[in-house]
Amino acid sequence: MSKVIKILGTGCPKCKSMTNVVKDVVSENNIDATIDKVEDIMEIMKFNVMTTPALVIDDVITIKGRVPSKDEVLKLLN
Amino acid sequence: MFDWLQHFADWLIYSVFEIGAETHLGVALNFFVYDTLKILILLFVIVFIMGIVNAYFPIERLKDYLNRKKLYGLEYFFSSIFGAITPFCSCSSVPLFIGFVQGGIPLGVTFSFLITSPLVNEVAVAMFIGMFGVKATLIYVVSGILLGTIGGWLLGKFNLEPLLSDWVKQILENKMQQAKFQEEHRTFYQRLPEITNGAWDIVKNVLLYVIIGIAIGAAMHGYVPENFFSAYLGGGEWWTVPLAVIVAVPMYANAAGIVPVIQVFVAKGVPLGTAIAFMMATVGLSIPEATLLKKVMSIKLIAIFFSVITLCIILSGYVFNILL
Repeated sequence: MSKVIKILGTGCPKCKSMTNVVKDVVSENNIDATIDKVEDIMEIMKFNVMTTPALVIDDVITIKGRVPSKDEVLKLLN
Repeated sequence: MFDWLQHFADWLIYSVFEIGAETHLGVALNFFVYDTLKILILLFVIVFIMGIVNAYFPIERLKDYLNRKKLYGLEYFFSSIFGAITPFCSCSSVPLFIGFVQGGIPLGVTFSFLITSPLVNEVAVAMFIGMFGVKATLIYVVSGILLGTIGGWLLGKFNLEPLLSDWVKQILENKMQQAKFQEEHRTFYQRLPEITNGAWDIVKNVLLYVIIGIAIGAAMHGYVPENFFSAYLGGGEWWTVPLAVIVAVPMYANAAGIVPVIQVFVAKGVPLGTAIAFMMATVGLSIPEATLLKKVMSIKLIAIFFSVITLCIILSGYVFNILL
């Protein structure tokens, strides 16, 4: 089943590096997933996170406020 | 503590490059090498320590705590300290602001956080220790926290809720459903690499500003005559503090770039209090911050917010100049 990944962040440097990490992991491991970058603050607040960037996988917030490592993202996606 | 760096700079400039210690160029280059290395070491250490603090800082619990307890005014103070501890990133300020208000924390207390958050940050603290020493840094941090406390309390006296953006008001009315969050359980050693990487990232991001700032500082240090500024700015006339602050508000200088320049101002005769006030206005209030805040509040509210803080900074500038 295809996973839905959402990256919440208003476009700060940390949010960009999180996006790159997630994109790399998905393409390197041929994971079936769509990556959606949520930059609108109103949309972000619907998830009730207080620290960005945040990683949302299938509607569950898995990481907030920091940039994860590739291994970590891979584990979360499996 | 940094004697060995000074020896290294002396050796490099005076012996290796053979530029005389009595020439302007020699003095300026020596100052540049010494300060750049010192600041980079301090920056990394402090950013790294704050990274550890942040990895363990229980934001959600603090929010609940502020919300549940009656603290008799101390909540402004706690909120301000919290703003000082959270990392320097304007992009997180707005989500945190909404998170606070949504959690039922009064607007004034939230403002305390919002004032101190950019004002006292790890980059500014590292630069201050490097350029002015520990005592001046403590004064800066303590007064930044007090400023947030008092500013938030003052703003809390106005009835400001109607001036928030419509969609923020909507959020406040309908309690939104909480998305699920997987609690993380990871050990310190698992976190250490990413904390180190995070610290490097921050240092790398400000590196250019540090070098430019110190280069300008070094050039001024070597060439601007002693007491140059006191002749124009530093004479302690009453209008120097408001002038310095009002010039600084719209400016958006990275703390990393502005501190080395301010240090030279002080060395050449500008009172430290005026310099600290200038610094606070530069990093605490800026046009980009106003643009971000526009998403959550009306222009009128931003204007009130900026005016109150500007006044507070001007007043604290006077207080510093009397005390220091």
